[in-house]
Amino acid sequence: MNQVQTTNRSAEEFLKGLWKENPVFVAVLGMCPTLAVTNTAINSLAMGLATAFVLVFSSLLVSSFRKLIPKQVRITAFIIIIATFVTVVDFMLAAIVPQVHKELGAFIALIVVNCLILGRQEAFSSKNPVGLAMADALGMSAGFTFALLSIGSIREILGSGSLFNIPLFGSGFEPWVIMVLPPGGFFTLGFLLLFFNWLQKRRKAQMRATPSTVKP
Amino acid sequence: MQELIWIFVSALLINNFTLAYFLGICPFLGVSGRLDTAFRLGLANIFVMLITALCSWALNTYILPYAPYLRLISFIIVIASTVQLVEMAIKKISPELFRALGIFLPLITTNCAILGLALFATNKGYNLVEGLFFALGAGGGVTLALVLMAGIREEMKVLDIPKLVEGTALNLIIAGILSMAFMGFAGLFSAS
Repeated sequence: MNQVQTTNRSAEEFLKGLWKENPVFVAVLGMCPTLAVTNTAINSLAMGLATAFVLVFSSLLVSSFRKLIPKQVRITAFIIIIATFVTVVDFMLAAIVPQVHKELGAFIALIVVNCLILGRQEAFSSKNPVGLAMADALGMSAGFTFALLSIGSIREILGSGSLFNIPLFGSGFEPWVIMVLPPGGFFTLGFLLLFFNWLQKRRKAQMRATPSTVKP
Repeated sequence: MQELIWIFVSALLINNFTLAYFLGICPFLGVSGRLDTAFRLGLANIFVMLITALCSWALNTYILPYAPYLRLISFIIVIASTVQLVEMAIKKISPELFRALGIFLPLITTNCAILGLALFATNKGYNLVEGLFFALGAGGGVTLALVLMAGIREEMKVLDIPKLVEGTALNLIIAGILSMAFMGFAGLFSAS
């Protein structure tokens, strides 16, 4: 009877992760992989996809078992589920793309402590049916991967003058080495957040100018 | 002995957990508003890291050779429960110490820095003593970063900062500058 409504709700849950509640740019969650492995676009993409895999499957499991997991031990249960999938992804990457696995190193294992994943289980998957939880997890993963990829691309373009290892500029380009080193991660995210703050402020100012049009 | 000192200095300054490996960024950005809170959080970090080093060494030596795929799960569960146990013991033995560190312990049990320490120590194949020195250096490094950040943020309270820049964005940029300063320590190794 309310098929349309359900689809709409799922689409909404998916889209909010992508933009309005973007885990990195808005909620500032999962900082440690966001900054540590985004020195090239390929590493960022691999980290984004690995996190997406863990998030989606953990959400699936947590949401399916949400009535069976006792409230008192839920966090422990979530962590065990998450750690299991991280172990899976760790071995999978080592088998499929050993080069990337070597570069990401311990940071693959550190997906376990990514607050984004535990946060979604606690805030959403443990309270909602499987369909919605999947939409939410997919949206959040897409948002996270998008954020990582944009940071990674910026850092790789500025820091080594290439994107996905394809050189973009001629040989005259002097790479801005600091961008691929640790400080570059802080700077890139800092300035991106600044940019989003500015966008938001501008939108608010516009809304105030024409108050009758939109209500949040 | 010299080896141990190098492990300590390297974890403390050159490969600073917060500023070079980005571990423990959440408390670094969240709890660095006041100097004394930051310092106590740092101390709690050192404390938990020492326990972690002990646990991960024991697990690596006695259990994980038989079941390597259980590494992550067993690290997390054992570290979290040991910290909980020690917390209860401290509460009983020294309520004063508990008041100083207690509230931070649940916050940092198995955050990225703690698990990162266990994983790095495993990857590098440290023995117990090396692991403890590594933990001491890493914890000291986290404390140092937290205290520096808190000091800067306390000073910033009296400055006139544009509304737009305030908050996480500015903190990240400051962290970037701190991180750049710490890169200078990389020269320590080649000089010797």
